[in-house]
Amino acid sequence: MNNFLYRHRFLLSRRIVQIALLTIYFGGNVYGWTVLQGNLSSALVFGFIPLSDPFATLQMFFAGAVITTDILMGVAVVLFVYSVIGGRFFCSWVCPVNIITETAAWLRRKLNLTDKKKRVSFSRNIRYWVIVISLGLSFFFSLAAFEMISPIGIAFRGVVFGFGMGWLFLVAIFLFDLFSQSYGWCGHICPLGGFNTLIGRYSIVKVVHDSDKCVHALECFKVCPEVEVLAKVGRESVPISGACIKCGRCIEGCPSDAFKVSIVNMASMVKG
Amino acid sequence: MDIPNSKERRDFLQNMMKGVGYGALGIIAWSSYLSQSQARNLTLRPPGAIFEKDFVRTCIRCGMCVEACPFDILKLSTISDQISIGTPYFTPRTEACRLCPDIPCASICPTQALDLKSLTKENKLSITSARMGLATINTKTCLAYLGLQCTMCIRACPLADEAIFLRSERNPRTDMHAFLKPVVNPDFCTGCGMCEHACPTTVASIQILPLAISKGDIGSHYVVGWKEGDEARIDEDSTEVTLEKTKRSEKSAIDNLDDVEGILKGLYDE
Repeated sequence: MNNFLYRHRFLLSRRIVQIALLTIYFGGNVYGWTVLQGNLSSALVFGFIPLSDPFATLQMFFAGAVITTDILMGVAVVLFVYSVIGGRFFCSWVCPVNIITETAAWLRRKLNLTDKKKRVSFSRNIRYWVIVISLGLSFFFSLAAFEMISPIGIAFRGVVFGFGMGWLFLVAIFLFDLFSQSYGWCGHICPLGGFNTLIGRYSIVKVVHDSDKCVHALECFKVCPEVEVLAKVGRESVPISGACIKCGRCIEGCPSDAFKVSIVNMASMVKG
Repeated sequence: MDIPNSKERRDFLQNMMKGVGYGALGIIAWSSYLSQSQARNLTLRPPGAIFEKDFVRTCIRCGMCVEACPFDILKLSTISDQISIGTPYFTPRTEACRLCPDIPCASICPTQALDLKSLTKENKLSITSARMGLATINTKTCLAYLGLQCTMCIRACPLADEAIFLRSERNPRTDMHAFLKPVVNPDFCTGCGMCEHACPTTVASIQILPLAISKGDIGSHYVVGWKEGDEARIDEDSTEVTLEKTKRSEKSAIDNLDDVEGILKGLYDE
């Protein structure tokens, strides 16, 4: 049992953080807690530290909205955090949709739905196109286009403020990820994931691979939701960068402890 | 043409066009949802909300106003509400705005989609400056207009005698009773909806409509002559012109009628 807990220490911590955040925001709405008020678009920590979603703010800018200093300060705080621990840590540690898509991926593995020959394969670069389209549509319709359909917003607001029929959207994503494309939403389409990849590129905290310890078990490839980031694994000792969501599944799964979380300085990153 | 590469090039182009196809489908679906979401509706926004079109693009959908509302009157719209998703609104018939003097909803708004400046008078918060909508009376179903004594709306109104006042009129049907008809004064009505909430008819006979629909605008081409300064507006607006006419065209057509000879010869005879 202890072994199970240890082997899933990152997964369990992430679920605890995700659910704790939902609970704290929920309490902020229902019981008036002031630890975290608002939601993932914009929030206040302890009633005074502002947080704002940089991608939502960028869309609002394209929509022609006046951006206030409160929002800009919130964006600055978030960008600072992302520059330290990486933008996509949001995807695996905060985003509620991650729970849905990882459950779909787990079920997909259990049901053995990963037959290579039959798999529909989308490009992972779609998300960058979705960013471009989001900003374009924001401009044309004078509305933050992605925020209007974002399943992240729907899920989070749903838990904190009530769902309406929004849960159907989440069921659709679950089915899409389960049957159509492994990590289809989070790993291919979601523009927020793409955006966080771009702004968290030079983060200091990264998962680092040690190829001397690697025994080529390929366990990391089985569980990694963004397998492209493992391209050099087994051949070179490198920090895992790019679209890595820092979920820690590779660390848990590796039989020879070839991965660890580490602080990477700029110099070695430029070299690596 | 580079024959050995043509298969690769063909595949590349084909894949690219596949992307264009998916993209077109996605953009059309997305766009149609966005354009429908802008369809004009009867949404009532919290105090201080800027114009609807600016509101939906400025609101970051954080829901802090909803959390701040001490009476839980504000709701955050969901995808099935037919209101721009994730934005705050209230429904007066269910729960009306209580006009908190400290305005917690607009005070916490990080985007100024709820503009606290519009709710500030002489550096003090003034909730009565809010214009969330305008109470509008259906005079065919209002009990008071039918001749019954009601006064529910004026009793509920936080600005009674100003936003709603009663006009006393003779009732010609009985010739011995009075109508006590409620009248809304748009100069004072905040659109809080207490009247709509209180109205005893099955469907409220006094309802809050968003200002975009209920508020008239006289425009600039009418002059209210008895209002000081309004006449002067015409002089400000008019531009000086000169109009040079010929001697004949200065006279009217009738005066020129008999001068056939002059017209034919192109001469003007005094």
